[in-house]
Amino acid sequence: MQLTRAMELVSAAKLRKAQTKLVSSRPYASKMQTILENLSSASTALTHPLFDKREVKHKGLVIISSDRGLCGSYNVNVFRKAEEFLSQESKDKIKLVLIGKKGFYHYRRRPYEIRLKYIDLGGKLELTRTKEITANLVNLFLSREVDEIFLLYTKFLTVTSYRVALEKFLNIERFEDKEEKGYLQYIFEPSADTLFDDLLPRYCLTRVQIALSEAFASEQGSRMIAMGAATRNAEEMIDQLTLLRNKARQAAITKEMVEIASGVEALR
Amino acid sequence: MFLLSIVTPEKIFYEEEVSSLVAPGIEGYLGILTDHAPLITALVPGKLTVKNSKGPEVIMAVSGGFLEVLKNKVVVLADAVEFARDIDPERAKKALERARQRLKSKEKDIDIPRVIAALKRAQNRVAICEECIKERTI
Repeated sequence: MQLTRAMELVSAAKLRKAQTKLVSSRPYASKMQTILENLSSASTALTHPLFDKREVKHKGLVIISSDRGLCGSYNVNVFRKAEEFLSQESKDKIKLVLIGKKGFYHYRRRPYEIRLKYIDLGGKLELTRTKEITANLVNLFLSREVDEIFLLYTKFLTVTSYRVALEKFLNIERFEDKEEKGYLQYIFEPSADTLFDDLLPRYCLTRVQIALSEAFASEQGSRMIAMGAATRNAEEMIDQLTLLRNKARQAAITKEMVEIASGVEALR
Repeated sequence: MFLLSIVTPEKIFYEEEVSSLVAPGIEGYLGILTDHAPLITALVPGKLTVKNSKGPEVIMAVSGGFLEVLKNKVVVLADAVEFARDIDPERAKKALERARQRLKSKEKDIDIPRVIAALKRAQNRVAICEECIKERTI
C-alpha cells in the first residue's frame, strides 16, 4: 500500500509537469497547423515531396506506448486500436515504428516488420531525440520505403481520460478550402514553395512532439488513476484481513477460556 | 491596433494589442501596422520591435521562425525568442565565441550549416544585448 501510494504521488507530480508542458505547447502546434492550412489553400501547386500522394505499397505505423507498466489499461487500449488498424492490412505491407518498451515487447514476436524502435525515451521529451525520430520518419517516407505513415497515440483530455487517436502523418493531406474560398490573397515572402521547404520540416517535428507529449501526459494520468485504485483496493483488503485476524484471535481466546474454565470445573 | 501573439514551442511568449511590429523577414526587415495585407514570411535571426500604447517599445531577440498576418491578427511562430533585457551578455558572448571556435576548428564531423546558424543566432543576441545596454546608459 505504501508502494502504490508512493507511485500515485510520483505520477501525480509527473503528470502535473507533463500537463503544463503539453498545455503550453498546444498553441504553437495549432497556430502552425492554421498557417499551413492557409498557406496550402492559398497556393495552388503543392509540389513539395511531403505532399506526394503515391500508390500505397507499404504503410508505416508509429505506435507510441509507455516504457513502464503499472499504468492500468493504457497500453492495452493502445494495442487494441493498433490491432484494429493492422487487421485491415496484409502483414507484409506493414512496417512498424515502435516508441516505448511495452510496444516493443508486445510486437517483437508478432509477424510484423519492426522498422525502427525507440525504447529509451523514459517519458522525457528531448529536442534532439524528437528531431532524430522525426528525421527518420521523414526519411522512411522520402526514400519510398513506406508510402504512408500513421501516428497512433493517446490524446490527453483530462486527468482521468484520454482518447486513443490514429492520425495520418505523411503524406501531408491537402487541406480543403474552407468557406473563404479565394479570399485569402497572401503575400508570400519568399515564394510559397520555398516557404514550404522551411515550414514543413518544422511542422513534422511539431506533430511528433505534440503526439509524444500528449501520450506522456495520458500515460501519467492513467498510472495515477491505476495506482489510486490499487491503493484503495489495498486499503479495503487490509480492512478485511484485519477483521479476519481479530475474529480468529477472538475465537482462539474464547476457546482457551472455555478450556481453562472447563478444566477448573473438572478439578472440583 | 492589432493583436500580436508570439508563440514558441514551449509557450505563448507574448500576447497583446500592439500598434506596430518590426520583424526580421527573410528578405529584410519589415514593418507591420494595423490593416496590413495578409502575409506569410519566414523569419531570420534578428530583432523584433514592438510598440504599443502603454509605454516604451519592447525589444526582443528572435532566432528565426515564421510570421503570419491575417485580418489584424499577427502570429509569430518563433523557434526561440527572449526579451532584450533578459539576455545575459556574458553567456551570449561565450556562445558566440564557442560558435566561432567551432567554425575555425578543422574537425571533420561538424555540420557547417548548423554551426553557421548557431553563429548567426549568437551574433544576433550579442548585438541586441549590446544595443539594449547602450540605450540604458544614455
